[in-house]
Amino acid sequence: MSGALQDWKGQKKPLAAIATAPVFWLALFFIAPMAIVWLYSFGQNSGPASIEISGTLDNYKRATEWLYLSIFLKSLAVAALTTLICLIIGFPVAMAITFAAPKWRPWLLLGIMLPFWTNLLIRTYALMALMGTNGYMNKGLGGLWEGASWLRTLVGMQPLEAWTPVQLLYNNFAVVLGLVYVHLPFMVLPLYSALDRLDKSLIEASLDLGAGHFKTFMKVVVPLAAPGIVAGVMITLIPALGAYLTPDLMGGTDSQMIANVIERQFKRANDWPFGAALSFLLIYAMFILIALQSMRANKVKEVR
Amino acid sequence: MFNRTAIAPLEYTRKLWMRSWVGLTMLFLYAPLLVLMIFSFNDSKRNVVWKGFTLKYYEKALNNDSLVEAMVNSLTIAFLATIVSLVIGALAAVMLWRFRFPFKGLVEGTMSLPIIVPEICLGVAFLIFFAKIDWPTDLPWPLNLSAITIAHITFCFPFVAMVVRARLASFNKEEEEAAKDLGATEWQAFRDVLLPHIKPGLVAGALLAFTLSLDDFVITFFTSGPDTITFPVKVYSMVRFSVTPEVNAASTILILLTVILTFIALKLQGVKGIAETH
Repeated sequence: MSGALQDWKGQKKPLAAIATAPVFWLALFFIAPMAIVWLYSFGQNSGPASIEISGTLDNYKRATEWLYLSIFLKSLAVAALTTLICLIIGFPVAMAITFAAPKWRPWLLLGIMLPFWTNLLIRTYALMALMGTNGYMNKGLGGLWEGASWLRTLVGMQPLEAWTPVQLLYNNFAVVLGLVYVHLPFMVLPLYSALDRLDKSLIEASLDLGAGHFKTFMKVVVPLAAPGIVAGVMITLIPALGAYLTPDLMGGTDSQMIANVIERQFKRANDWPFGAALSFLLIYAMFILIALQSMRANKVKEVR
Repeated sequence: MFNRTAIAPLEYTRKLWMRSWVGLTMLFLYAPLLVLMIFSFNDSKRNVVWKGFTLKYYEKALNNDSLVEAMVNSLTIAFLATIVSLVIGALAAVMLWRFRFPFKGLVEGTMSLPIIVPEICLGVAFLIFFAKIDWPTDLPWPLNLSAITIAHITFCFPFVAMVVRARLASFNKEEEEAAKDLGATEWQAFRDVLLPHIKPGLVAGALLAFTLSLDDFVITFFTSGPDTITFPVKVYSMVRFSVTPEVNAASTILILLTVILTFIALKLQGVKGIAETH
């Protein structure tokens, strides 16, 4: 940034002209709705369509019951698993983009970004069509099964029984696969920008001094790319934790995540105060994750 | 691939396993979308076997009034939300970049909250908010889309502010001062010096806001009524109750629209510029 910031005292008019619209919008259409939800979380249903804000903590007490706590923990586990798989798939991809020939790099990046720009619902729906009992994934598995059966007849064993399509959708596996599919670009882009900034001569030095590729990767590349890894983990973990659409469409009865429980309080169960408490608990969970990250970032700064 | 020179130590991308890894990832990302697009032209209700080329599902989709209405609603909302987000976002960016004022950290932090707060919580908040203040729901089109549009602006403008602010960082304040020394008014300096500099940021921010608005399902799901169905909400109900080839056709149209928008952005900014906005 060039030049110093202007102090507001001498610039009241321009500041007012510029700040009014954004501050007003933020206060009226973000803070006010969030504040109402926060107040509702301390309320109770006092009639079919009226909510009394009585300052009760019952909603929060109910949220800590095992039924809801277990869904919270499960959402966290699913989001963490999704993030881990995205990291494992995404790191080599980000490496490949970083070390690709300059003329290829932008196109590889575009290849990762284009799905990110495509409608989430359409992507989920497209994946579901592929995973259905008549879909291509089942066909592929069926082909492998028949191949195995044929191999068995070759060595004189009984052929396997005929392939019956398996239900790939509507279970926890489908939810994790769907979340990985949707969030993979979120992981690759920050990893790429961290790796791109990395001084390549350090890798060369490590290789020249006799470390193997694996050792160089673990001792040089990963530590230097750590900020990108943390950024990628956060940017994947946070939306995955609050995911609604993927568990709703691809999950079974036992794979609902916290967002689905919140939605139910506002539509079918019609218990707005409890839903409000759950959504604030989810927001607090996000804050804790972000606080942990910034604490870590500060620590790194101190060490350097 | 047919380059015969030896692979240098850092040419990781030329190693076979690395190439296969990237290839498989791209297959994973694109195969579902390509299959969906190809089978939208398939002359069969059960879309697994290729039965021949047809455009009849496009015809059906375009004759499905509620689907077309949903598409028009979505595009209208995205258009309006983009314009307002662009103005508010750009103002917010200039405010944070230019001035020092009390509680600046608080304002800055609050402004990034709509990006961090989970969609479901924001959706729920708007549901309660619009119910609480009795926002009228029986207005004529396009005013009945106002609740959804307001919700969209709230989560779009912080993204615009972020992109524009990144662009502002490279602005040389002396240029603006020079303009003022030469007699330009505050407004003229803004219009003729600052605005041209941040234009690429505005274009990137507008495209981002448009895509985010067009893409949103969860927040819209909570703010839309029976008369204000958007495209994602419509597709959601179609997917829930029955998978029809019409959805494939309509989705293909939207995917192509996204690709076209991306390539416009590409023409305006170059691939590198787009990569930097994310």
